[in-house]
Amino acid sequence: MFVLSGYDAFLGFLLISAAVPVLALVANKVLSPKSRQGERELTYESGMEPMGGAWIQFNIRYYMFALVFVVFDVETVFLYPWAVAFHRLGLLAFIEALIFISILVVALAYAWRKGALEWS
Amino acid sequence: MVTSTISSFAAVATAATVSPGLDLEASFTDVMQGLGLSAGAARLLWLPLPMLLVLVAAVVGVLVSVWLERKISAAVQQRIGPEYAGALGVLQPIADGLKLVFKEDIIPARADGLLFTIGPVLVVIPVILSWLVVPFGQHLVISNVGIGIFLWISLSSIQPIGLLMSGYASNNKYSLLGGLRAAAQSISYEIPLALAVLAVVMMSNSLSTVDIVDQQTGAGILSWNIWRQPVGFLIFWICALAECERLPFDLPEAEEELVAGYQTEYSGMKFALFYLGSYINLVLSALLVSVLYLGGWGFPVPVEWLAGAIGQSVDAPVVQVITGATGIVMTVLKAYLLVFLAILLRWTTPRVRIDQLLDLGWKFLLPIALVNLLVTAALKLAFPMAFGG
Repeated sequence: MFVLSGYDAFLGFLLISAAVPVLALVANKVLSPKSRQGERELTYESGMEPMGGAWIQFNIRYYMFALVFVVFDVETVFLYPWAVAFHRLGLLAFIEALIFISILVVALAYAWRKGALEWS
Repeated sequence: MVTSTISSFAAVATAATVSPGLDLEASFTDVMQGLGLSAGAARLLWLPLPMLLVLVAAVVGVLVSVWLERKISAAVQQRIGPEYAGALGVLQPIADGLKLVFKEDIIPARADGLLFTIGPVLVVIPVILSWLVVPFGQHLVISNVGIGIFLWISLSSIQPIGLLMSGYASNNKYSLLGGLRAAAQSISYEIPLALAVLAVVMMSNSLSTVDIVDQQTGAGILSWNIWRQPVGFLIFWICALAECERLPFDLPEAEEELVAGYQTEYSGMKFALFYLGSYINLVLSALLVSVLYLGGWGFPVPVEWLAGAIGQSVDAPVVQVITGATGIVMTVLKAYLLVFLAILLRWTTPRVRIDQLLDLGWKFLLPIALVNLLVTAALKLAFPMAFGG
């Protein structure tokens, strides 16, 4: 079978699924009442006057997790072709993947040890 | 009349293909070519039909699960729940939806209007698009693309961008924190999820969802992947709940801490889009659990045995129509059992803290998923017959 068959349907479904939110928003625009008033456009902060903007300092940990994520996500993508072709590759591929994964386990252990996976 | 049309369709389908199961596209193409159209034109005419059907199915699925959620939560809390809109309140979700269409769309003065609008759109599109690869039968799938389940994994990673975008664009502290939490949560659970899928892919030697289900047929319930991948099933289910932001993992919208997380500033249709997206995602995840681990459209007893018992061949048109119909029912039934489980979990489990959430993802599920993958590979080497050859 041709590897890239069936993607015309993907393009079509992309258009259809993009039409859903667009149509919904247009319908909302047409049907909803419009009353521009200052108070309701204030940022919500539990009914108080907002104190400053939302450009606040946030926890650096989010960034650390994103970094670790990149490493493991790329690893997973590398493993996909291996898994699909595994039945044809045999024992050697298993050992190779074992080495590959153990390198990444070392990376995980390193990140763990260094506290990149700790919150607070 | 209808029956005879269906059976003639099935007869054409059997003539056109060798594989069992209804192939409506082939029969449609044959009928259209009989009317003097070219194969390309017939395909163009055919393409929108399954898409619109699946879209309607997805929306109905959302309405049903919203109603189920309200009724089951009411039952759990010993309330009655919605009861006035239609019999047993079945029209309540439609009333909710209509109400949201007529609500004013408020963009806060200090928000970034463009990103504020694109955010919910970016959340909904990939979730709907993922239905491309959900099979309801051998040929009852919009498109059996080669990368199949991998398409879903890649599409599902677009969603956090939308959440982060709307959290940032709201220019609200609650929204920003909710968006950050949503992104951190999705990326933490995406890797164990992908690794659990990887073990299934390894057993079926293909990424295509149809092939994955085909590999689980043969001995009915005994050949389903859940018996060979029990750990993978649990990992996948936990991660799917986390990706859908369902309790116990609903930190991004934890109402006691963050008001409504990234949705705080949203109202009207944009809020409805988030709502729609989260429920479509829930039904989609349940469907994919049933496809990956619970035999998809497969009947608990092999169809060949049943057909043999009533003395019919599997290729007989009537049997094919019945098999196709039960296939759809089985897929949906399995998925809704899981939706029911998710709803019950929502009302019976407390929310985890963010450090517990990240610990569970990175220090427990990720190593377990890696070990599960390697054990599957080793077992496949040792017992190739039992693990997909």
